[in-house]
Amino acid sequence: MNETRHHVTLTVNGVVREATVPGRRLLSDCLRHDLGLTGTHVGCEHGVCGACTVLLDGEPVRSCLTFAVTADGHEITTVEGLARDGGLSPVQRAFTERHALQCGFCTPGFLCTVTAFLRDNPVPTEEEALEAVAGNLCRCTGYQNILKAVHRAAELQAEEGR
Amino acid sequence: MKPPPFDYHGPVTLGEALDVLAEAGPGGKVLAGGQSLIPLLNMRLAAPAHIVDVNRVPGLDGIEAGPEGVRVGALARHAAVERSPGAAAALPLLRQALRLVAHPVIRNRGTVVGSLVHADPAAEMPAVLALLGGSVRLASRDGEREVPAAEFFTGPMESALRPGELALSAFFPALPPRSGTAFYEVARRHGDYAVAGVAAAVTLDEDLRVAAARVACVSVGPVPVVVDVTSACGPGPAAAAGWEAVAGAVQDRVDPEGDIHATAEYRRHLTGVLAARALRDAALAARGEES
Ligand SMILES: Cc1cc2nc3c(=O)[nH]c(=O)nc-3n(C[C@H](O)[C@H](O)[C@H](O)COP(=O)(O)OP(=O)(O)OC[C@H]3O[C@@H](n4cnc5c(N)ncnc54)[C@H](O)[C@@H]3O)c2cc1C
Repeated sequence: MNETRHHVTLTVNGVVREATVPGRRLLSDCLRHDLGLTGTHVGCEHGVCGACTVLLDGEPVRSCLTFAVTADGHEITTVEGLARDGGLSPVQRAFTERHALQCGFCTPGFLCTVTAFLRDNPVPTEEEALEAVAGNLCRCTGYQNILKAVHRAAELQAEEGR
Repeated sequence: MKPPPFDYHGPVTLGEALDVLAEAGPGGKVLAGGQSLIPLLNMRLAAPAHIVDVNRVPGLDGIEAGPEGVRVGALARHAAVERSPGAAAALPLLRQALRLVAHPVIRNRGTVVGSLVHADPAAEMPAVLALLGGSVRLASRDGEREVPAAEFFTGPMESALRPGELALSAFFPALPPRSGTAFYEVARRHGDYAVAGVAAAVTLDEDLRVAAARVACVSVGPVPVVVDVTSACGPGPAAAAGWEAVAGAVQDRVDPEGDIHATAEYRRHLTGVLAARALRDAALAARGEES
């Protein structure tokens, strides 16, 4: 079968990128295979694990539950785009400081989710932080250190005036 | 896994969307947030010939709240309705229910109307529409029709939507003054589909007796199970109502099935416990008190 291909233009981490993809190309696969950005990880491909979470126009979404064609013309931020000015972002630093990752497979999804969460809620309660990360599966850490990292990231952001 | 091949259509006007859907007929599927459709495609449980992506159609993301109720457009995401102050003021039940739908990240893409059309018997929004007696507005090239909730949900994952139709919006009618609502559920993990769940709406009269009380139960039947328990509440003041006994009347009306998550008996038990809790708190809210 000859599938129709669609031309898409995405602004990924501030850079305009183009790809020609079939309608069924998942945004996650477009980022990884067509654009070579393998930081976005693919776990379950039905929206449960959260490893593939990226920011679409600033809002966290599952890239495995979004078609690349639907995202045409929109802005995407992946884990590769979180570091700023050559240094890790406060959320990334908090994850290292608080030992919030072990194997690291789920980490890109957590980083994107937490980055958007702290932007909207810079001083979260314990319960809010827990709910924010509950949609991402981590099979190593047991979440305790991830929660510590969320609060640490909030501190770092406050110290740095964001 | 990856979705099977399909012809992708990205209409940019409503007219174009309806034309494409009319031509696609039974082989066409609307794509809104994709939070249910794309998992089904990825798991290859669905293989539509045509996908009609309506995300570029302007004017479908409205949330109109007023004293009559809340009308939610086809592209209003769960998160947008959840955050809408107007919707929360007109119908607190919307926010109470939306917080139970999946995770915040899923709610950023998923739409309320998509949840209704998807018609999962474990889903929260169909129960809310059924409880309130709302309706869904459907459009095709031949015209529009408004289908009441009682006729819209026809079976598990089945709605009254016909091939060629697009759901334009859903209307959630407001409740009378002195009404309160609550929605409680039990899920294996926060954000999972409910093992059992109950939405309740209670309206009091001027003497603070129960004028109307209804529940809608999820995960205990092929469609949301609405039970009117007004008569079971008795003529006394709502503050003295025996909600456990009223909940017994709800348990008698549900016919759950067992599966790997829960036995039928456990689902019935949970439905009773949650109904008592939801009715009591809905009655408190109707009196203007927090639970
Ligand atoms: C991890 C995870 C957890 C979840 N947990 C829950 C939960 O707890 N409770 C819950 O209720 N849901 C849950 N869901 C399901 C999901 O959130 C909703 O079913 C979904 O958001 C439906 O809306 P959508 O816009 O994404 O629909 P889509 O996936 O785009 O479409 C779903 C179906 O509806 C049809 N459709 C959609 N919009 C229209 C329209 N306007 N006109 C005609 N047909 C239309 C599509 O053709 C398709 O058949 C979960 C999903 C995931 C991935």
